[in-house]
Amino acid sequence: MRLQKNTLLALYSVLEFAYDPSRHISASEIAQKYDISPHHLAKVLSELARSGYVESVRGVGGGYRFAANARRVTLMDIISLFEDFTSSPAERREPGEETPVGQALASVMREIDEIAKATLSSITLATMLQWIEHNRQSRPAKRSAARSPARAVPAANARERRES
Amino acid sequence: MARAPASAKARGRTTTTTARGATGAKAGAARGSARTRSAAGPPAAKNAATAASKAGAARKPSNHPTAVRQASGADVPVEIRPVRPGDLAQVIAIDSIVTGLEKAGYWRTIHRRYGDAERAGRRFLVADAGGRVAGFVIGEVRDWEFGSPPCGWVFAIDVHPQFRLAGLGTRLVAALADWFRSEGVSTMRTILARDNTLILSFFRSLGMTTGPFIPLEIDLERPGLFPLDRERDR
Repeated sequence: MRLQKNTLLALYSVLEFAYDPSRHISASEIAQKYDISPHHLAKVLSELARSGYVESVRGVGGGYRFAANARRVTLMDIISLFEDFTSSPAERREPGEETPVGQALASVMREIDEIAKATLSSITLATMLQWIEHNRQSRPAKRSAARSPARAVPAANARERRES
Repeated sequence: MARAPASAKARGRTTTTTARGATGAKAGAARGSARTRSAAGPPAAKNAATAASKAGAARKPSNHPTAVRQASGADVPVEIRPVRPGDLAQVIAIDSIVTGLEKAGYWRTIHRRYGDAERAGRRFLVADAGGRVAGFVIGEVRDWEFGSPPCGWVFAIDVHPQFRLAGLGTRLVAALADWFRSEGVSTMRTILARDNTLILSFFRSLGMTTGPFIPLEIDLERPGLFPLDRERDR
């Protein structure tokens, strides 16, 4: 499966915020770190704020900060804000889906979706942060890694880059 | 807790020989909520005839397994230790609180099978909070089933609701993991219903990930599908 761009930005951001809940981080800082359009990111962040995962901090040095419980928020919680990943095949109209071939294929895809859903619903932000921390300690920072949005642990690498 | 031990009991051994490859879960940094309540089973404990539980006089009669004494186990020192015959009533009580089903007979059988500390390859540990059983975990080393090199199965874990969020589930699994290591086993494994998000999250928080094995099943009552039925109807 592949996550949509907004979803990915939301996950990067929310993990970045959750990594240090006390810290205000500006949209431009995240945009720069992940090499993404600030305009694009702004919409994602305001959606996260509207849903209560982050809160905006006004004034100089403002931005957003984490406002949820990292041990209770799962990847699926964030993903489902941005895409309808959970919709059953019955709700998605595909041509040919009523045919025996279409139905057989749909049941295979449903099986995959169920497993993906279970996976994403069981991984909390806190679990992700542990992984990130583990990766951060067990491998030296790759300076270029943080730039690519496709990396699995960009936040950790990005942080390392900042600290070094 | 309800389902897995029951099915573990009911089902026969299913041994398939498949490719090996046991790079399952590495228990990474362990911390996380201990809202544990699960059961997951390796297929069928062998129908080993069980030596009668060598119940020396039951220690710790444990009269009030459900009495609420304090909000969390945090301020009571908790010791993880092997189960004793006198713990069984509390184990049964925790399970029935959590699952809503009292399965005394089942637990006596499990206790006979797993509670004997001498028995190789099996471990039944409890979290003892000042004399009360606050939770338990049961595990077993299984060799070569499903083509898997020896691995340690966590097949039941439960923490009394009153003692949750104090890290007991983590300590129980950590103690079991230590024991698996001491048995020379390098992989720990469990299986859960995929809609059991709470306990999946718990094991995930310990660093466990999807392993290299995929469980498969079929509804034997569902007619008309695939060769199994055609063979039967012939």
